[in-house]
Parts: sequence; C-alpha cells; structure tokens
Amino acid sequence: MATIYSEQFRPPSRFVIIVLAIFGAGAGLLVGTAQGSGILGIIGGAILIAALGFVVTQLVEGTDNSGGERAVRWALPFVLAVGGFLFGGAAGAIVGALMGWFFGWISFWIARGRYRRGLAPYLTSKQVLWFYTFRVICWSILIFLITPILVVMPLSFNAEDFFTFTPEMLALSPEGYSLKHYKDFFYNPDWQQALRNSLSIAPAATILAVGFGTLAAIGLSQPHVPFRRTIMAILISPMIVPLIISAAGMYFFYSRIGLQGTYLGVVLAHAALGIPFVIITVTATLVGFDTSLTRAAANMGANPVTTFFRVQMPLILPGVISGGLFAFITSFDEVVVVLFVGSASQKTLPWQMFIGLREQISPTILAVATVLVAISICLLTVVELLRRRSERLRGMSPS
Amino acid sequence: MADATADQAETQSGPMLAADGTPLKRSLARSLRMQRIRALMLVAPLLIFVLLTFLSPIFDMLFRAVENRIVGDTLPRTVEVLKDWDPETSDVPPEAAFQALYYDLFLAAEAKKHTRLGTRLNYEDPGISSLFRSSGRSLDDLGEDHIEAIEDTAKQDWREGAFWYALLGGDAGEPVVESARSQFVALEGETPRGPVGVVWCGLRNVVGAPCPPSLSRMPLNFGLSNDAMAMLPTTSLQYAAFGVFTVLEDGEALQEEDPWEAVYVAMAQDLAAPDAAAKVAAYTGPGAAELQAAQQAIAALPPISFRDGFAEIDEDWLDPTVWRSIKAYSPKYTPGYFLNAVDLEMGPDGVQARPESQQIYVMLFKRTLIMSMAITISCIMLGYPVAWLLSNLPDRKANMLMILVLLPFWTSLLVRTSAWKVMLQQQGVINDTLVWLGIVSDTNRLVMINNQFGTIVAMTHILLPFMILPLYSVMKGIPPSYLRAAKSLGANNWTAFWRVYFPQSVPGIGAGSILVFILAIGYYITPELVGGTTGTFISNRIAYHISSSLNWGLAAALGSILLVAVLVLYWAYDRIVGIDNVKLGG
Repeated sequence: MATIYSEQFRPPSRFVIIVLAIFGAGAGLLVGTAQGSGILGIIGGAILIAALGFVVTQLVEGTDNSGGERAVRWALPFVLAVGGFLFGGAAGAIVGALMGWFFGWISFWIARGRYRRGLAPYLTSKQVLWFYTFRVICWSILIFLITPILVVMPLSFNAEDFFTFTPEMLALSPEGYSLKHYKDFFYNPDWQQALRNSLSIAPAATILAVGFGTLAAIGLSQPHVPFRRTIMAILISPMIVPLIISAAGMYFFYSRIGLQGTYLGVVLAHAALGIPFVIITVTATLVGFDTSLTRAAANMGANPVTTFFRVQMPLILPGVISGGLFAFITSFDEVVVVLFVGSASQKTLPWQMFIGLREQISPTILAVATVLVAISICLLTVVELLRRRSERLRGMSPS
Repeated sequence: MADATADQAETQSGPMLAADGTPLKRSLARSLRMQRIRALMLVAPLLIFVLLTFLSPIFDMLFRAVENRIVGDTLPRTVEVLKDWDPETSDVPPEAAFQALYYDLFLAAEAKKHTRLGTRLNYEDPGISSLFRSSGRSLDDLGEDHIEAIEDTAKQDWREGAFWYALLGGDAGEPVVESARSQFVALEGETPRGPVGVVWCGLRNVVGAPCPPSLSRMPLNFGLSNDAMAMLPTTSLQYAAFGVFTVLEDGEALQEEDPWEAVYVAMAQDLAAPDAAAKVAAYTGPGAAELQAAQQAIAALPPISFRDGFAEIDEDWLDPTVWRSIKAYSPKYTPGYFLNAVDLEMGPDGVQARPESQQIYVMLFKRTLIMSMAITISCIMLGYPVAWLLSNLPDRKANMLMILVLLPFWTSLLVRTSAWKVMLQQQGVINDTLVWLGIVSDTNRLVMINNQFGTIVAMTHILLPFMILPLYSVMKGIPPSYLRAAKSLGANNWTAFWRVYFPQSVPGIGAGSILVFILAIGYYITPELVGGTTGTFISNRIAYHISSSLNWGLAAALGSILLVAVLVLYWAYDRIVGIDNVKLGG
C-alpha cells in the first residue's frame, strides 16, 4: 500500500521549488564566499538550482520510463564537472561532479516524492521533516567521530611541514603531496627505536596477560567460586583506576624494588593493564560454553589436560585471541604508565608521539598516526571476524 | 557422577551412601569443596600477579601520602631535643638543640642530604630550603677558632689519621658504632631488607643483576677505645659517625683519614667540660701529651656557642617559625600532604586555610569535576541520538554504522589527540575553513586549543564510544512495540518517547555516564596536550609533582583523593550495571 501510495505521490511544484532553492542557497553560499560575495552566491545558487532542478524533473516527467531520468542524472555531474574544471582546475572538476550528482539525486528525490518512500503513510509533513532532520543530526555526529581520522590521513602526505591543507593540496596538484613524512618515520633512528621497543614490549605483555587471564577466566566461570564478586572487582580494577594513579603508584613502588626504568618493569605494568580486557572477553565467551562437552570428553577417557586443549580451548580460542588483541593494543597504545615506569631506553611509539606533540611538533607524527590507524583497522577486522566465528561455533546466529 | 550415586543410594535404607561407602552428604560436600579449590587454584596465579604488579603499587602510594621520615631520619638528635621544647613560646630552643642540629646537619651536609630536607620543609614553609642549603655550606666555619687552636698545638700529629685512630680507636664501643651506622643508613634512605627483599635480591642474582650491597651489612673494620669514650664522649660519638661515613660512603679505611671539623668541634666541647682537665691529666695512653696541650689551648678560649654560630650563618635560625616547622614535621607520619592537597595547612592553632595565593588544589578538583560533567553531558547529547539510530536500523545497516563508532574506539588515543591538535589550532583545518568561508577574519582566528574548549571537544570525541556502546546495548533490548502501543493509545511522538522509551533507556545512560565520568576525571594525556593552562586536570598536577617538583608525598595525596572518588563511582557502577556486564565492542 505504502509503496503504491508513494509512487503516485507528487508534492506540489511550489514545495519542490522552495526546497531546491534552500539547498541551492546553501551550495551558493559555499561557492559565493570562496569567490568573495556570499549574498550573491546565495541568491544565484537558489535561483539556479531551483530552476535547474524544476526544469529537469519536469522535462522527463512526461516520459514514463526511467531512461530519461537516468540520462539527466548522468548529464548533470558531467556538465558541472566540465564547468568546474574550467573554473578551478582538477579540484573544481571534482567539486562540480559531486555537486552535479547531489543535485541530480535530490531534484528527483524531492520532485518524485521519494522522500516518503519507506515511511509510514500517515506521517504528517512535520514528522517527515523531523525524521530527516534527525538523520542529518545523527550523520553529523558520526562524521564528527571519524573526521579527525579522515583529516589526519591526507595531511600525512603533505609535502610541506604544515599541519594544514596547503593550496597545492587543495588543487590536487602532485607537488602538494609527498611521502617524505613516511620516509622520516622509516629512516629516523628515534622512530625506529621506538617502533622496535613497542614491538618488543607489547607481545611480551600480551603473552603474560593472556596466559594468566585465560586460566583465571576459566576458574571464574566455574559454578562455585568463593568471593567471585570481590575477585572480579580486583581483576577488573586496572581498567577502572585512572592511568595516572596506576602510573604514580607503579613509579613509586617499582623504583623501590629496582624495576623502574627496566624492560621487565614496563612489561609487567602493561600486562597488569591488559588483564581486565582478557578477563572480560574470555568470560564472555565462556558464558555460552556447554560444560557437558567437557564431561563428554572426560567420559570418553580424556584426562583434564587433553580435554582442555582438544575440546575447551578450540571453542574459546576466538575469545582468547580477541582478548589478546585487546591486551596488545592496550600496551601498544599506552603512554602514561610507560612515561613513568620506563626510562629513555624503553621509549615506545606513543611516548615518542607524545614528545613530538608536546615539544618539537613534527608532521612525522601524522604519518605514524596513519600507520597506527591502518593497524587498528586490521585488528578491528580480525576481532569482528573472530566474534562472528565464535558465535557460529557456539551455535548462535551471528548478528 | 554424583547424581548417579544418589540414584543408587536411594534404593537402600538408612543414610544415603556414595559408591565408596561414605555418606552422600559428605561426599557431595567434598566434591563441592574440590570444585571451589580448583576454581581458586586457577584464579590464584593471576590474583597474585595483579596483587604484586598493580595493587601493591597502589597501596604503596597511599602509604607515601602519609609517610614522613625525612625530618626524623636527617635530624634524629635535634628531633629528640626538640621534644622538650614548647613551640607555643616565642623563644628559640635551648643551646642543646642548636648543638644537636650542628652535628645532625653536619653529617647530612657531608652526605649531601640536607637539601632534600630543605625541599621537604619548603613544601610547608616556603623559603626554608635556601636556609638549609646555605647553612650546609657554611657549617665548616662554625668553631673555626677552636679547631685552629687544637691543630696549632701539634700540626703533624693532628693532621694524621693514624694518630687520631690511636687516640680514639680500639676494639670496643660496638653499640655506639652501630647506632652511628643506623643513623647513616636511615639518612641514606635505605630501608632494611625484609623477607620479600631477600627473595627479590636472590632472583636478581640469578638474572645477573644483583642488588647493591646492603649498607647495614658491610663490614666497618673499626671500633672505639673505652678510655677515650669515658674521657671524650662527644668526640667518640662524632668520630664513630665520621668512621661510618668514611667506610660506607667513601670506601676508605678510617685509620688513614684525618677527621672532619665536627670531630674537632666535639673535642673542643669535651675538653672545655668542667672535669676535663682532671681526666686528661690522669690519661696516660697514646697521644696523652698532645691532648694536654690541646686542653690548655682550649681552656684559653671561650666555650663554643652553637646558637651564635648559627646566628652568624643565617639570622633566620633565631626565628622560632623555622624550629616550629622542624618540630611539626618530625613525626613519622603526617597528615600534612593531605591537608596540602585540600589547600589547608597545620598552623599554630591547628588546621587552617593556606594563604590565598597558594590555594590551587580545591580549584583544580572543582575544575576537574565540572569539566568531566560537561564532557559526560555532551557525550549523552551526542551519544543518545546515534545509539537510537543504531538500535532502530536493520542489523546489516547498523553493523556498517557501528564501524564508524568502533574505528575511533580502536584508534590510538594519541592519534586522536594529535588529530584534534591539528584541527583546532589557529593555523589548523577548522580555522582555515572558517576563514575561507569568510565567517571569521584572518586576523582574529578562533582560539580553540590550549583552553577548556579544546579539552572538552577532544575528550568528548575520545570518550563518545564509551557512551554509545552501553546505550546501544540497552536500547537494543527495548521492544519497539512499546512505542507503537503508546502511539496507538493516543500519545504524540514526544509523549511516547518521553514517557515510554526514555525511562527504559535510563539504565544505559547511567552506565555510560558513570563510565565516561570515571574515565574523564582521571585523564592525563589529552588535557596535557590540548588543555594549555586553563584546561588541565588534577591528574596533570599529579604528574607535575612526580616528575618536575618531586613532591612525591603531595602527588600521592592528590592521587589518593582522586582514587577514592573513582572507587566510589566504580562501586556505584557495580551496583547499577555489574562489572560482569562490561562489554567491549558492542
């Protein structure tokens, strides 16, 4: 019903023109201020887009197939891209094409009443407006979440030592881009030493955390554990206690016993910080674990060790691995504790970045940041795949 | 297995027995106990690990916040004498206190520990540290005339270490030497090694990084003579202190060293005592002749006045406030750091507020709380719509959008902080865009970094996933039919949301808020990098006291207060959500 209704639904022409004019004014403001006159841009944009949108949608209104619409929607970006290119080079062409695509889409979306498609037919205009406003708000927040990462990536290819987009970069000219910050990262002994330290501390801390943590998680998910709540609270506490307090305490205590400024000290500290993550992920996996499986194995003559490695371990392995990845990333990203517990010879990658940000601010940081983001994406993918696999193994449908 | 035996037992009469003949009840209890022990055995290694690497440091920090051994360790005799002095009076302490201070401070200055004491007292009484520094340098000049008088009687002998040892040294006096040693060990700040320390050093020996030798075990290879101790008690005491220092600090033998000035001063004091002349005249051992000559030389001089000596070094020593500080901070434990952490101090009439200009910590705590609240509120405002959208979309779409939430969650904290630094600075991306759009002019770009705004924006971004994830998991569990039912009963959109949906999502808001708030009040890195001076938190001050001002006690006290605040919130979180329900990554 709803689809039939909305297919037939056509908003009044006046409404189409006004909405398109508002969007056009917005785009006109952008172009106009960049060229010197905002007001002119608003008026020009509003008139131009409203007229254009109205004309193209009316033009193909009569033809009943969708071929006309498709032709118009291809033509618009192309025309605007050519116009943009004449106006502002490669960057202008891209902006033009994007604008052409957007206005082609929105003209038909408004004029054909498609914005009501998929919505309950009884909604009032106000409710529809709120629905889309809400979507726009949510999307802005989501964009707020990832913009910093999106800004860092292109800036890391900056050919200049600036932290902002140079005119060359905006014009998309090749001279504006270079790999020199990456080169600095891969050839500078300071950064390489920091990378080596990070790569030697994080795995050691991960192994400790996963080893102790998995055992304890298995113990904690037994049916009868005395003081379960207290033990859990103690084991989770490294995640809750502010890092600066952990760092201060460890600094005082480790310097008392001679561990301050040693590799072992940093590894122990990082292992302690990673343990809550292992406990949480592994106990979560064990919640759905069917204990009759271990009993069945024991029934068939397997001793507890064999049962553990051949039956229980493969089933909880995804949880163990993702716990390990959490522990790894905790250590790999950690800066506060290593700053206090470590000495200059344990300088890790985040520590080097911290110094770089605080003192001699160098764009190499952005290259390192991009590399780290790439690593995070890989780890995130692995964790997500593992989660799905674990749910499949335990007979849940992956969500 | 227990079930099977129970079935068998039911067919028999009397108490139910297990297969091995024991009553079933006991057998079950044993099996339950075994299960508990096994569970504990599995947990034990980690518990011990966390106890050693994480909890002991925390307790150590709490201990440091009240520990105050420096004054007692550096000036043990002075503290002893000051016990009888009433700090309420406006008079300086008696000559005996100045005398004790001279010997204590002399040893401390030789061991270069007097500045540490000055720094400690300076936290409570600003300006006192320079007094200790300059006095430590000038102590050698106190009693100069007497030292020269003794030396002039027989220069070659008095400058000879062997002569001194013949006069004062011997095989006896072990208690005196050992007490001198324990004073020196305390001064050096070495705590006696407990059983844990012994095991630890054993481990370090195996690893090939042995502990430094313990000062309290190293052989001293000297003693005192009984005659000298009876005739020259103060001198023997000071000679023992000099001997301990020579052997343990310099690694030299006492027999070859010419003693320092404090020993001469002590001798001048002993020789000026009323019955000294008779004792020296009766003495026939080594160096008797030289000692008599020295006694006559000293008798011709006025007795040493330590009070005048200190007054000559610095007039401030005649000011009772200095002595009051020493006395007030001489106990082993002090509430001073905690008082300081809340802008109070110990005055003559008990606890009082610090001077206006020194009050910063209450303001910093307040600022930390207010900014954390602002961050939490903006996280709720931004997180709620997104969580709603995610929980109301079809799963496939929601999972795609979830990546946008999880990606920043997984990205290094420093990457995100550096991104905000890049975006917010005056020559940064946001300002450039605004200038390009003509919204702000090029000359007055917005200041968005190194202030509270920068900290709030960056930390809201960093902590937002911690709000969205718990909210999402709660909203997922709210059936959409409730909203529809409310609407079909005539509620408008707002009423349906506010009266039906929102109350059900409150647990999610609670969980997310506590989590974000806990994380926010302890944050260090982001405020340090983008906070400037007005956007820093209490944690930045803690870090400053650890690494720059070296006022560890105050850092520990500030940390303890922060820790208590977090633990209260943690407890609340446990009551509301349960720590078992902490979820990572949705």
